Amino acid sequence: MNTTYTTKFGSLDNFEKGTIQLIQGKASHYVFSNVFEVAKNATPYDKTVVGINQKYVIESIRAEGSSDWFTCSHDEFVISMDGEVRVDFLKLNQAVDSTLEGTQAAGSQPEGKPMGYVVLKQGHQAILPAGTAYRFNSQKPSTLLLQTIKGPLSIEKWDEICLK
Amino acid sequence: MNSINKTFASEQVEISGQDALTGYMSFKLGNFTFSRDEYFAKITWTAKEQEHSHLMSIDAFLRAIMRDVAWGFFYGWVNFDHVIGTQNHYGSVDMYAGTFNGVLNAAGVDYVENFETPKIMATFKAILHDWVNEGFDPFAAPEETGSAFGRKNGYNDEAIDRYRIATKRMPGLENDSPLREDLPVNRQFLDVAQDEPLVHCEPGFEGQLSAFNLFKYMSRSDVTWNPSVTSVCKASLFCPTTEEYILPIFHGNDRVEWFMQFSDEITWDIGDKNDGSPFARIIMKPGDICAMPANIRHQGYSTKRSMLLVWENATPDLPEKYASGELPPYPVSF
Repeated sequence: MNTTYTTKFGSLDNFEKGTIQLIQGKASHYVFSNVFEVAKNATPYDKTVVGINQKYVIESIRAEGSSDWFTCSHDEFVISMDGEVRVDFLKLNQAVDSTLEGTQAAGSQPEGKPMGYVVLKQGHQAILPAGTAYRFNSQKPSTLLLQTIKGPLSIEKWDEICLK
Repeated sequence: MNSINKTFASEQVEISGQDALTGYMSFKLGNFTFSRDEYFAKITWTAKEQEHSHLMSIDAFLRAIMRDVAWGFFYGWVNFDHVIGTQNHYGSVDMYAGTFNGVLNAAGVDYVENFETPKIMATFKAILHDWVNEGFDPFAAPEETGSAFGRKNGYNDEAIDRYRIATKRMPGLENDSPLREDLPVNRQFLDVAQDEPLVHCEPGFEGQLSAFNLFKYMSRSDVTWNPSVTSVCKASLFCPTTEEYILPIFHGNDRVEWFMQFSDEITWDIGDKNDGSPFARIIMKPGDICAMPANIRHQGYSTKRSMLLVWENATPDLPEKYASGELPPYPVSF
């Protein structure tokens, strides 16, 4: 008898999309996509919305090379779904406008004090604290999941990514 | 009777008797009665001036009522099966029999009664306390625990006193919920990496950056089908959970929620929220993400213990907006 279990995770190079066995209604009502497939077909650091609940979103991001800096007036969270990603943090000299929600572009070199960095491997989660700037770096392509609010950088392309 | 836990509102629990043969208490909640024997939970009510009743296998009943208690009646409808369940009104709770079953409702033999939350909670806890025997953990998968069947045989309060974990921002932060270093890795997640992320803070910023291994955290979950908060972005809550066997309830939400499969595979049975007629079966694999619209009920099946992200929007006024039609049941039209 085999008593060992193998936990199956997905990655950019190894995922299999599930299915909808429809009885009545429309498959599109379930807004079904796969975050690895979305990242595979995305430009690095594009923020593709894969889940939306009123103003709140989950974004799939292809991490590859270095991103620009981002900032946000509220906490955001990132989970590495496959590869290894480094996140550098800056305490910005200038405060983020608290009326803005969602991720904001902070340019290629905002002014601030280096706070440190985290290195995330598969399944690791980090807080992107309100009012800091952050930047991703990944040697190899990998997939990030971001929990945030819909912002100016959020890209919706449901028709391209979802089962119909 | 001295073995009933003295919990909040426990004085409102109505015990209607104790079976001399099986040793179990029976309970009254408004016009419902709850009793159990060696194999079944029995719920009775009156409709059209006649007694009606419903039997559930006791193991399925205890797994269902365990979730309802641990989740504080959760969001919307918690159907124990195709007949009985509860609807949360966040302060009061409806208990119903047949009301969301197309056939029973059309026949007029259904019954629903509203209770103040403390009363129904205290009654459900008393039922769990009395009906869960030593060696049976209603929070565990069947392969992990003993039997729910037979006559009264001890207690398992330790197992039933577990609740949803409340997290303010993220586990592991100062003054927030703890990581799970002290819990063992589940037998079905022994191959999950246990390394923690590297966190480097510059002098002066100690404690301001934080990261943890979410998959490790989940691999050490000691319960199944129990969404617990791991990140809070205003009203957006990530509530991952580990799943094995069958979700013990059919959840009909009063708002849209989303699922993302982190590992392995779950099959979801989707039906009409109001009458239970089948809509779809959805098979989710790692990386799949999909919405559960506000007009459906769902129940999941997971052969291997799997990691699921349940994503909730906890904004309080959403139920009225979906109920009134101000918001469509589907989150996106494309």
